[in-house]
Amino acid sequence: MAKKDEKKWDLVSAPESTSHIELNKKYDHFINGKWVKPSSGEYFDTVNPATEEKLASVAKGNENDVDKAVKAARKAYENVWSKMPANERGKYVYRIARLIQERAREFSVIESLDGGKPIRESRDVDVPLAANHFFYNAGWADKLDYAFPNRKAKPHGVAGQIIPWNFPLLMAAWKIAPALATGNTVVLKPAETTPLTAMKLAEVIADAGLPEGVVNFVNGYGDTGASIVNHGDVNKVAFTGSTGVGKIIQKAIAGTGKKATLELGGKAANIIFADAAIDQAVEGIINGIYFNQGHVCCAGSRLFIQESVFDEVVEKLKFRMENLVVGDPLDKNTDIGAINSKSQLKTIKDYIKIGKEEGGSFFETKASLPKKGFWCRPTLFTDVSQSSRIVQEEIFGPVLAAQSFRTVDEVISKANNTPYGLSAGVWTDKGSRLFNMTTQMNAGVVWGNTYNKFDPASPFGGYKESGIGREGGLHGLGAYLKF
Amino acid sequence: MSKKSTKKLNITPVYIDQVGIEDRVARITSRSIKKDTKVEGLKMALNMIDLTTLEGADTVQKVKQLCNKAMHPHPSMPDLPTTAAVCVYPTLVKTAVDSLKGSGVKVASVATAFPAGHSPLEVKIADTKLAVDNGAHEVDMVISRGKFHQGEYNFVFDEICAIKEACGKARLKVILETGELGTLDAVRLASDIAIQAGADFIKTSTGKISPAATLPVTLTMLYAIRDHYIKTGEMIGMKPAGGISSAKLALHYLRMVKEILGDKWLDNHWFRFGASRLANDILMQIVKQETGAYQAAPYFTKD
Repeated sequence: MAKKDEKKWDLVSAPESTSHIELNKKYDHFINGKWVKPSSGEYFDTVNPATEEKLASVAKGNENDVDKAVKAARKAYENVWSKMPANERGKYVYRIARLIQERAREFSVIESLDGGKPIRESRDVDVPLAANHFFYNAGWADKLDYAFPNRKAKPHGVAGQIIPWNFPLLMAAWKIAPALATGNTVVLKPAETTPLTAMKLAEVIADAGLPEGVVNFVNGYGDTGASIVNHGDVNKVAFTGSTGVGKIIQKAIAGTGKKATLELGGKAANIIFADAAIDQAVEGIINGIYFNQGHVCCAGSRLFIQESVFDEVVEKLKFRMENLVVGDPLDKNTDIGAINSKSQLKTIKDYIKIGKEEGGSFFETKASLPKKGFWCRPTLFTDVSQSSRIVQEEIFGPVLAAQSFRTVDEVISKANNTPYGLSAGVWTDKGSRLFNMTTQMNAGVVWGNTYNKFDPASPFGGYKESGIGREGGLHGLGAYLKF
Repeated sequence: MSKKSTKKLNITPVYIDQVGIEDRVARITSRSIKKDTKVEGLKMALNMIDLTTLEGADTVQKVKQLCNKAMHPHPSMPDLPTTAAVCVYPTLVKTAVDSLKGSGVKVASVATAFPAGHSPLEVKIADTKLAVDNGAHEVDMVISRGKFHQGEYNFVFDEICAIKEACGKARLKVILETGELGTLDAVRLASDIAIQAGADFIKTSTGKISPAATLPVTLTMLYAIRDHYIKTGEMIGMKPAGGISSAKLALHYLRMVKEILGDKWLDNHWFRFGASRLANDILMQIVKQETGAYQAAPYFTKD
């Protein structure tokens, strides 16, 4: 009856339409409510990582541009934003939230075009969550006295914000929403490979009628970011990105009185106990590491499986991995889109090579890849240990390293045996064990029997080299206030 | 005769996480099934239906009409596949067998004091034998949910073993009536018991209880089938029944089968829908795909 490997009923492509989006050929900086040409006159290209085609030219910022933006933000802070009644401020933030919802399809498509992430994720996760962050923080704007009773909260002033390329719009929302709600003004630098949704957000902010200079966008590379961090009139720095850059920022602001929140790298442990609901845990492993091509700082990239179920979990995991559709990010059936950039693809490939050289057993799915663009199949290493580089270092790609463990104590010590401490996952049917584990893990977020669940009301951030401070929830709000 | 079974139940409980199950279902229902994939899926689904009538008011004429519908789902499109089977009460099996002769459409009969199952084993065996002797190719039995809730898993197991024996060559579908089991953990346990006892198919529901088949329950049962397959290499069939009346939902089920069990199960030997209204919605969608326009319900024959 059953023929082996007989393929049938495969999905035909179901691409999301791009006819409703409008992209300019060229984007400048957005400073003081206007589009401003770069003082250097230089532009760089942002490309679609799925096709390697250019999407737009984007202004390359330098110190002068940053200075212009910070001055505009300072003026807006002193003259308008800090004097405005809090409930009025809240109305603007609500308006941004609603405009993002109204233009959700456009944002989703552009996010997938520019960053390579599957439309299923930009549509169902990034964009709705971005809107929710504005909604959540808008609600607090006129209730800060209740959020922090008897503490007389005041804004810092000008916030300089630098965001990464993995969740471009969402990270902009994480940063801008609490800053505005608490009365700060903003200078934000989008990532150089994914600036387009931030440019669309600038349009939304203009449409929302925000006073000039309250939110400013300066495009550019790392040096532009450094100019923001080092600018003398920036009071608060918020950065999401690599631990390496985080350390540079920490040094740069030492002794300046600037406040900082840093959300940096991670190498999360995802721990599967033998009594877990195995098939659901397998799903959690998939969500943990292959979400957004693994370009997630809290990705569950170190898998720990209790030895008695190791073979079962790995077999089921491989079977499940084969179901992941890799390809066109705009196809509604795509699970894994394009790797964000050529250089990131190279990093991932290098780590895969290292993993093989270190003696790890390598598995990748049989997914067929498009000819053009940057692609990586979902990948799994077994026969690795704590000393393997692919276990220690953040890869930021769809590469999972699985180890076995025997006891609770052993897995806790292994899970914490890393300079990082952003997130962790624990899978067990036993509630008491779950709570024991959450108190023992050195991680900012511990998910129990689930993974990669986010909510604006829930604080997010790391221990150790994964960062300083929290974003989201009351903690995230507090980071934009002084008492 | 009835106590001949020497098999022993040997179960390790498998835990199910409801939230995780629902997440997985959401991933599957967000698949976009369009164009050729849709048409192929619709035809496959039509060919997997156990066209069912299980009413107190069933008559010989009613069953004959239903059999005709099973063989000729949409007379203006004669190339369409037939349904997989017709499902009736034991007393109407003979009528169905005669009506369907030569068509390839199977006859399934509910048995074992369907739907409640509250009868002694002797009666259940006699019920099963009547159906099989009258020519039923398949028997859809119900498990004793009361005994299951009392924790008498061996009773449930032995009963299924006995009915399996009474079936002879007929294939046995074991109805768990998941709407009465309460949790997905219980659904999994009942699935494992039924599979160990020799079920050829496991089936969600009688259709007489709400909720009947749901995607989370079906997913839980598919995992049980897969675990058995991984362990033994033996394939077990799946039949969600009741509450599946739209073509779109049927395609979600098929997609689930493909992703969880693989392509081998995409065949009416291994997967069935128990449904009475589903066929016409599928036909409506097939006609829409072929002609580009929806036709009104009166253009599709009731039976």
